Amino acid sequence: MATLVEVKNVTKVYHRDTLEIPVLQNISLEVPEGEFLALMGPSGSGKTTLLNLISGIDQPTSGAIVIAGTDISRLNESALAKWRSRNIGFVFQFYNLLPVLTAFENVELPLLLTNLTKKERKERVEMVLKVVGLDDRMEHYPKQLSGGQQQRVAIARAVVTDPTVLIGDEPTGDLDRKSAEEILTLLERLNKEFKKTIIMVTHDPHAAQSARIIRHLDKGELTAN
Amino acid sequence: MNVLKLIYKNFLRHKLRSLLTMLGIAIAVLAFGLLRTVVTSWSYGVEASSANRLITRHAVSFIFPLPYSYRSQIEAVPGVTKVSFANWFQGTFKDQSFENFFPRVAVDPETIFDVYTEYTVPQEQLANFKKQRNSCIVGKKLVEKYGFKIGDIINVTGDIYPGEWEFVVAGVYAGKDKSADETQLFFQWEYLNERSRQVASWATDHVGWYIIQIGNMNEAPAVSEAVDAIFANSAAKTKTETEKAFQQSFVSLSGAIITSLELVSYVIIGIILMVLANTIIMSARERIREYAVLKTLGFTSFHIVGLIAGESLFISMIGGVVGLLLTFPVCQGFGAQFSTLFPVFKVAVSTMVMALSFAVLVGVVAAIFPAYRSARMTIVDGLRQIG
Repeated sequence: MATLVEVKNVTKVYHRDTLEIPVLQNISLEVPEGEFLALMGPSGSGKTTLLNLISGIDQPTSGAIVIAGTDISRLNESALAKWRSRNIGFVFQFYNLLPVLTAFENVELPLLLTNLTKKERKERVEMVLKVVGLDDRMEHYPKQLSGGQQQRVAIARAVVTDPTVLIGDEPTGDLDRKSAEEILTLLERLNKEFKKTIIMVTHDPHAAQSARIIRHLDKGELTAN
Repeated sequence: MNVLKLIYKNFLRHKLRSLLTMLGIAIAVLAFGLLRTVVTSWSYGVEASSANRLITRHAVSFIFPLPYSYRSQIEAVPGVTKVSFANWFQGTFKDQSFENFFPRVAVDPETIFDVYTEYTVPQEQLANFKKQRNSCIVGKKLVEKYGFKIGDIINVTGDIYPGEWEFVVAGVYAGKDKSADETQLFFQWEYLNERSRQVASWATDHVGWYIIQIGNMNEAPAVSEAVDAIFANSAAKTKTETEKAFQQSFVSLSGAIITSLELVSYVIIGIILMVLANTIIMSARERIREYAVLKTLGFTSFHIVGLIAGESLFISMIGGVVGLLLTFPVCQGFGAQFSTLFPVFKVAVSTMVMALSFAVLVGVVAAIFPAYRSARMTIVDGLRQIG
């Protein structure tokens, strides 16, 4: 399979006042298209930072990140925002749905940035909500849904634009075992059935078993499997 | 769904807070509109002045009268088509409250309605006014307020001209348009002159001011100069000016009050700006994480600015429109209550434009700081926010 995500010698250093905090050190990583990668590591190991860099919501201090042939570390803020809207689907640990919007409207949000007509948007939203098994909860607000259901809405929101890469930052971290299983099953299905490339951060070994590749991060460095 | 719907839903997120802020803006716009209307109504006389009328008064002060004998000399000045005259009477009707104040003026019945063409009086009533020495003509608004009828006697206690005065209502005048002052009482100058021989001999055969009608408004400077030149060496020198300038001098007497009112009206806008800014800052702070999520989805800083400014404008515009709509009935009630003090109390178009412009301005300015901060926020920092 062709390489879809290339992380080349990436270093990330945060600055807090006069302090320099190195988070990632000379990281290189390749993710083939259609893969399901789990990044594991203890708290503070830099896995979320790496995920943020791959998803284009943060920029590396040095190095390059090439996704589907685009070096996103060279894009400016507005170009990066446009690139994200087309290429990245992001699933957060705490769902991060907008509480004032229904499930349907939350999923529709990323489509507002496309040229799709209202009818086309509706068809797409209904389709992905059906895929995640929430076609009967479209008009429900987040507070009317369980944690697992909210995360499924968040996954629907992440895939509704048919992104190049689906990113998950501890997507099961806030869920009970049963709900977590449902989410992992859904992610596996998206990977196998819909050929979605997925990169997921988790500290749960059981969750990581759903992935086909597992990489470990420790103190800002990738370690052997 | 579209961005406007998201703005609307965000507005409804804290209904009470949004409604109170909106109500605050509505009240501020109402207060602004009322104060501005007081300011504009104060100088209504200036706006309603005729360009074809000049006023000649004593050069020292309006309170000093001019000899009646000046009349014929003024009439002889080239460019003058008609001369009338008047005396401020004042006096007390019922009591000294503002509510019962209205102008009471001694006039020349033969000429007053020739120079004040904006007033109309039925011919028969005018004829009766000219015939009966102690008769008077009252404005339509006085009739509406006090229920005066033809033949009624109006009792006024004199102050400048002491004594008890009785005026018989001979007619009612009305303005040709809404800007005309319909709150005055005109009575015969001869009646005043006659009684002043006993009660105010200093005023006998004197008038308060002359009203000069000219044929061509472009001749106003020349006629003014000519009139004043005639009396330049007399004991009672004159000052002739356009009616507008004459009215303006009255308004400027209360300039400090007007300026204060104007200042207060702007302060109110400033206060409500702070209130709205506070609301928008609170809302934006609570939603930092949501803005970060939106940015993650591909929304730009421009979109975030639009959401924040849109909500701010939504609140300020709705509040502004509600406030403006309330301004009309409130001003109508206020105007009716103080109709004799403010003969014309109308919300000016400029006031409406200013009120709505301020509402927009407040909406925009209140959003600047939170929009700037949210736009500058990085996604990573935004996602770290709790709540």
